[in-house]
Amino acid sequence: MKFIVALILSALLSYAACLFLPWWSIAIAAFIVAFFVAQKPGRAFISAFMGLFILWGLMSYFISSHNGHILANKISMLILKSNRPMGLIILTAFIGGLVAAVAALSGSLLRKIFIK
Amino acid sequence: MNLFKGVCIIFTASTAVMKIVSFILSAFISIALVHILNTKTLLPAPLGKLLAPQSGVWQNAENEEEPFSADLQFPNLNGNTTVYFDDRLVPHVFSDNETDAIFVQGYLHARFRLWQMDLQTLSAAGEVSQVVGDVALNHDREFRRLGMVFAAENSLKEMEADAETKKLCDAYTAGVNAYINSLTESTLPLEYKLMGYKPTLWSNLRTALFLKYMSYDLSSNEKDFELAAAHQYFDSTDFNLLYPVKQDSADPIIPVGTVFPAPSIKTIPPPKVDSAYLHGEVTAMEYEKPFEENGSNNWAVSGSKTQSGYPILCNDPHLGLNLPSLWYEMQINTPAYNAYGATFPGAPSIIIGFNDSCAFGFTNGGRDVRDYYEIEFKDSSRKEYWFNNEWKTTTFRIEKIKINGKPDFYDTVAYTIFGPVMYDRSFGGKRHTSSKNYAVRWKAHDASNELKLFYYLNKAHNYTDYVNASTYLHNPGQNIVFASKNGDIALRTQGEWPAKWPGQGDFPMPGTDSSYMWQGMIPQSEVPFQFNPERGFVSSANQRPVPPDYPYYLGREYPSSRGVMVNRLLNAKSQITPKDMMAMQNNNYNVFAEMLLPVIFKNMDVSLLSGNEQTFYNYLQKWDRNNEANSIGATVFALTLSKLKDTLYNDELSKAPEGALKPFESTLMEALLRDSAYKFIDNINTPEKENIHNIITRAFKGACIILTDLKTKNKLEWASFKDTHIDHLTKLPAFSRLHLPIGGGEHIINATKAVHGPSWRMVVSLTPQTEAYGIYPGGQNGNPGSKFYDNGIDKWVKGEYFTLWVMKKNEDKDNRINGKWVFKRG
Repeated sequence: MKFIVALILSALLSYAACLFLPWWSIAIAAFIVAFFVAQKPGRAFISAFMGLFILWGLMSYFISSHNGHILANKISMLILKSNRPMGLIILTAFIGGLVAAVAALSGSLLRKIFIK
Repeated sequence: MNLFKGVCIIFTASTAVMKIVSFILSAFISIALVHILNTKTLLPAPLGKLLAPQSGVWQNAENEEEPFSADLQFPNLNGNTTVYFDDRLVPHVFSDNETDAIFVQGYLHARFRLWQMDLQTLSAAGEVSQVVGDVALNHDREFRRLGMVFAAENSLKEMEADAETKKLCDAYTAGVNAYINSLTESTLPLEYKLMGYKPTLWSNLRTALFLKYMSYDLSSNEKDFELAAAHQYFDSTDFNLLYPVKQDSADPIIPVGTVFPAPSIKTIPPPKVDSAYLHGEVTAMEYEKPFEENGSNNWAVSGSKTQSGYPILCNDPHLGLNLPSLWYEMQINTPAYNAYGATFPGAPSIIIGFNDSCAFGFTNGGRDVRDYYEIEFKDSSRKEYWFNNEWKTTTFRIEKIKINGKPDFYDTVAYTIFGPVMYDRSFGGKRHTSSKNYAVRWKAHDASNELKLFYYLNKAHNYTDYVNASTYLHNPGQNIVFASKNGDIALRTQGEWPAKWPGQGDFPMPGTDSSYMWQGMIPQSEVPFQFNPERGFVSSANQRPVPPDYPYYLGREYPSSRGVMVNRLLNAKSQITPKDMMAMQNNNYNVFAEMLLPVIFKNMDVSLLSGNEQTFYNYLQKWDRNNEANSIGATVFALTLSKLKDTLYNDELSKAPEGALKPFESTLMEALLRDSAYKFIDNINTPEKENIHNIITRAFKGACIILTDLKTKNKLEWASFKDTHIDHLTKLPAFSRLHLPIGGGEHIINATKAVHGPSWRMVVSLTPQTEAYGIYPGGQNGNPGSKFYDNGIDKWVKGEYFTLWVMKKNEDKDNRINGKWVFKRG
């Protein structure tokens, strides 16, 4: 249950933070969620990863499909050197997930110092 | 999961110290990861920042499926404006006052083309280094030293002194800046995100700079240094054979028989001009040159030759082809006028188009309006220079060039009575440094107000209005074509041109006295023009503007083939329809080949050709002289011509100083047609004396080596050999359109070359209800993430057109409308 709560909370808080703050505020969001929602560090890592992977993955997928993947085709040519819009969406999701995951790991580890 | 279990066990087993160490380590990794993904320190791009869905490039993936609308309020507005976007994203602007219409034009240009406007004006001002670093330093220095900003400032003074123009400029600038100020991190155009910089605010000076950029593009292609370098090596006899002064032309714009008024300026060549003119060594060469092919076609046929009985006007300007396109299409409807056409993002008004009464278009005039003068400074301080028997004081303009990632670069440019000293010890263009000092006198340095030309054309009702508007065009000089619903057609070879004595400004000139300076400008009353000529049409295709009895010197070379073909077709046609005109703009017939091929066939030593070479020769013989996309004969001809030029001239040119001008193709053709014993036929590097049979056969055999290679690569067909492509301004292939299957080329009405060609094709039939067609190789939205980025290209390649919809106010429920923006004061 906590896993799902942490996953959803880190996604929601990240989305809200990015309305006002730079993209890397997802790290702060995931860190805060992991600090307050008691989970083992490994689970904190995975829940944050999944939360942001799903959030960024879905957002970029919906944006891209309403655009007929025109932009994704071109940017994937630039970044992935091949025409793979889905590849770009997965890369986006993975980057969001990874940043949130390491931040959540840090949050969880900080919690362990203060709260036994 | 076992791995994570392991990790967890390690963590739970750790001591308090271990906990702290783990946290610090993890926090460090987090911060490092964010840093890496937010900067270019490790990755080639800040991937996190770029791909963040709420602010990065995904925000530039435009959702264009749904109808859209917006209410926009700005304090600068006076009344109400509604913009209807049609199904091609062409805006139809309906405004209750002219100023607001131009504000909205600025806003629309910025919304759809901000990055290119910003970059083009940075380039014009010599400020590219601040974005891309010192790779652009030579460009920036050359543009500063040419006096681009000096020129723009001079014109701006004149523009702002005119209340009407100032109002236009202020409204336009306010509109662009209203959009720039509304930008957020996420709405920033894609290119800024990828390149990591931000737009700078617009100003009236930047509008002036944009216009000077067009001046640069269209009026700085003289060959003064290249000719002088050739003259260093060739004696006068040879020089005149290679680069003849031709006052004659097969088919000038203003036809033979036109009577010209007696010249009011009697130009006086300096004494001893022949011996004093040339001073030996050329020590500088421009670092950059605009496209040599910049040119265009325009014509208007009178009702006597059309099916409808009303005039038809056509124009296709040939310019460098890029994405986003140079042109942006729109309709502007105000109480004073209702104009439609192609606009320049960067400047107010419709540039090439039509209104409810008439239509207008342009081709480049191409005369030499940029000359160089050798300056003798007193000493290395450059504070004084010798002029008319005394030392004159220079003024200095200190150019501060900001460079991305490096300290600012300061360039001190000396200004003389001629203009800025463009080349000197510190900068010699391509030659790096120049031991001589060359000041540049350029017509674009003079104050002028071309915005008034376009503004008045937008409002023109008749021929008188057109003539009045035309007089505001000083530089770059253009052939302005006109047609009106009342049946008038006209063409003016417009511009403020320096009156020159024969040969003046063909080479850099002495700058130690006033004898070589321009002696005046040809008065407007002496501008050659045609009004309702008997032949029933007017036309121009950059050929020599006038027949030889015109009293002023016009320089050495003008391309003639397109003009010959345009006039041939127009002379032959009657009952003309807009469809005929579209076909004509896409005509691929190669007049140049028609004229040269008989010499090639007559002199080819067929017995010396191998079987393989014979096959290629058959293509040439069977070729119909049309450079169609799938034509193999066109490729064989192009390569044969190229090898023929090399065979004729490379032996001599390789001994001439670097940068010496290659003789024009027209010179080659005329020489071979006239004289089978043309002096340059002999290869000076071989003991034998070559004749015309030898060199034509040799050139063809040389071409066959390349043709054989092309055959193995399956690139024999003209379009794949020519390989037309339209590059994004950054040259990123992902944002460019490559390998376009289109015919045409040099010397051809459809002047589509590799990266250059018809940038806007327009056909306007001036029937009571205007019937207009147009297309450009691009799309309305400059964003590569939009379906309207390049949606015109495939149709353009096929020679097809969009019907231009002149929307009426009461058509606001038309199903072509896809979006609506309402602008109000607020």
